[in-house]
Amino acid sequence: MTLANVIEWLVKGLVWVLILLGGFAYLTYYERRALARIQVRVGPNRAGPWGLLQPIADAIKLIFKEEFMPARADKLLFTLAPIITLTPALVITAVVPFGPESASFQLFGRTITWYIADLNVGVLYIMSIASIAVYGIVLAGWSSNNKYATLGGLRSTAQMLSYELALGLSFIAVIVLANSTRLLDIVEAQKGMWFAVLQPVGFVIFLIATLAEVNRAPFDMPEAEQELAAGYHSEYGGMKFALLFMAEYDKMIAICTIAASLFLGGYREPWFLRDTVLGVDQTPWLGPLYVFIKVFILLFGMIWVRATWPRIRYDRLMAFGWKILLPLSLALVFLTSIGMLLAEQVNPLYQWGIPLASLAAGFIAILGMYQTLRRKEYARA
Amino acid sequence: MDFTLLLFFLLAATAVATALGLLLSRNAVYAALFLVLNFATVAVFYLLLGAPFVAMTQVTVYAGAIMVLFLFVIMLLGAEKLPKGEALPWQRPLAIGAAVILFAEAVYLLVQRVRLTAALPDPGTWENSMESLRQMAGMLFTDYLLPFEVTSLLLLVAMIGAIVLTKGERAVRS
Repeated sequence: MTLANVIEWLVKGLVWVLILLGGFAYLTYYERRALARIQVRVGPNRAGPWGLLQPIADAIKLIFKEEFMPARADKLLFTLAPIITLTPALVITAVVPFGPESASFQLFGRTITWYIADLNVGVLYIMSIASIAVYGIVLAGWSSNNKYATLGGLRSTAQMLSYELALGLSFIAVIVLANSTRLLDIVEAQKGMWFAVLQPVGFVIFLIATLAEVNRAPFDMPEAEQELAAGYHSEYGGMKFALLFMAEYDKMIAICTIAASLFLGGYREPWFLRDTVLGVDQTPWLGPLYVFIKVFILLFGMIWVRATWPRIRYDRLMAFGWKILLPLSLALVFLTSIGMLLAEQVNPLYQWGIPLASLAAGFIAILGMYQTLRRKEYARA
Repeated sequence: MDFTLLLFFLLAATAVATALGLLLSRNAVYAALFLVLNFATVAVFYLLLGAPFVAMTQVTVYAGAIMVLFLFVIMLLGAEKLPKGEALPWQRPLAIGAAVILFAEAVYLLVQRVRLTAALPDPGTWENSMESLRQMAGMLFTDYLLPFEVTSLLLLVAMIGAIVLTKGERAVRS
C-alpha cells in the first residue's frame, strides 16, 4: 500500500461521491417531472430552461432554513442520525465496476480502473453495508423524542430486517450463477446472458426487497403521512432534513447501480450486441454509458411504481415479506443450485431449466398470495 | 508491516474504549451503539487477520441484524434509562472475579507470545479469499458438520420457543 494508491482511492471516492450528490439533485428533478407527466401535470418548469435550475433553488432554500432542535431531543444522536443515514448510501457502491478492465486508462503513469475497490467478497460487502443502513433512520426517529417519529423509526427497522432476508437470498442465487462473490466476475459471467433472464423471479424479488430497504413507495411505511405525520423525519428541517432526503435518493441510485451490475450485466452490452461494434469488448469506453442507461431506466421504474401503486398496509407488508417472499427466495436458491449442478454435470442446456423453474415458482407464489393475502380474508378479521 | 501495526494499536484502543463506553454509559441506547462500534472494530480485526468473509459476516449478523433487534426492543419498551442501583447484588463480585481470571489469561498469552505467533497463519493470503471461502464452506459441511447442525437445532428451538410464548399470550387475551 503506497501513498499513490491512497491518493487514487481518495480521488476516485471523491469523484463518485460528487456524482452521487449531483445525481441526487437531478434525481429529484427527474422524479418530479416524471410524476407530473404521469399525473397529467407540468411539474417544475420555472427556474431556468425546462426548470433545470429547480434543484439548485431547492438546495439554496434548504441551506438558509433555520436549524431546529426539539427541546427534549437527544442532541448528539439527533445531529448524528442524518450523517449515519447518508454514509452507507455513499459507500455501498464502492465495489461496483463501471467499466471493463480493458477500458482503464493511463493517468500520471498509473493505470486507472473503472472501480473504486476490487473486493473478493464484494457481494457480502454490499450485504453488510445494507444491514448497517438501518441504524440512521431508527436513531433519527428515536432521538427526535416524538412518538410519531419513534414509531416511524421502529417500523422502518422491522421492515428492513424482514426484507433483508429475501434480499440476501436473491444475492445467493446470483453468487451461485456466477460462481463468485466478486462483482467484476459476476458482471463478466453475464457476457452470454443476463442473470435477469436466467433468474427472472429472483430479479423481481431483488427489486421488491430493495424498494422496501430504501423505504420507497409502496413500502414507505416509516413516513406514511396519514398515520405518522412525516414519520422518522417529522422533527427535521433545514440541512439535516436535506441529508435524510439525500440519503433516500442516493440509496435509490446505489440500489439501481447494484441491480444493474448483479442482474442486468453491469457495464456489459445487451447480450445480442456482443459481436457487433457496440460490444464492450470492441469499444470498451461504452461500458460506463451502459451502466448509466441501465440505472436511468431502473430509476424510472422506481418512480413509475411510486406514481401508480397505493401504499401497502403494515400487517400485509409483514405477511408478504415473511410468508411469500422468504419461502419463494429460498426455493429459488434451491432451484438455481440444482440447475447449475445439472448444467455442469450433465448438459449445459439444463441451464435453461432455471428460468422455467423460476417462473413456475413465481406462479405458485402468486397463487399462494391470492389464497392468503386476499383483501376479503383480511376484511373478515 | 509498520502500517498494519499502527492500525492494530489504533483499533485495539478503539475496541477497549467502546467496550468501556458500553459498560459505563447509563443510557441503554448509547450502550447498544457502543456495542455496535465494538463489533465493527472486531470486524476490522478479522480483516487484518486475513478473514474477509468472517469480517463481513460479523458486520452483517452482529452489528447489523442482532444489534438492531436489541435497539428495537430497548426503544419499544422505553427502557433506555437504566435504574439506579444494582438489580442483582451478586453480579458485581462475580464479574470482578471473571475479569481477574480473563486478565491473567491475557497476561499468560502475552508472555507465551513467541510460541503463539508461530502458529498464526500468514495474513498475506487474504487476497485469494474466494478460495478460502470455498475451503471454509467445505470444512463447515464435512469436518464441522455436527457442531453446525447442533447450532442450527439450538436456534430452531429458540425460535419455536419465542413463537410459543407469543402465541400463548394471544390465546389468553381472546
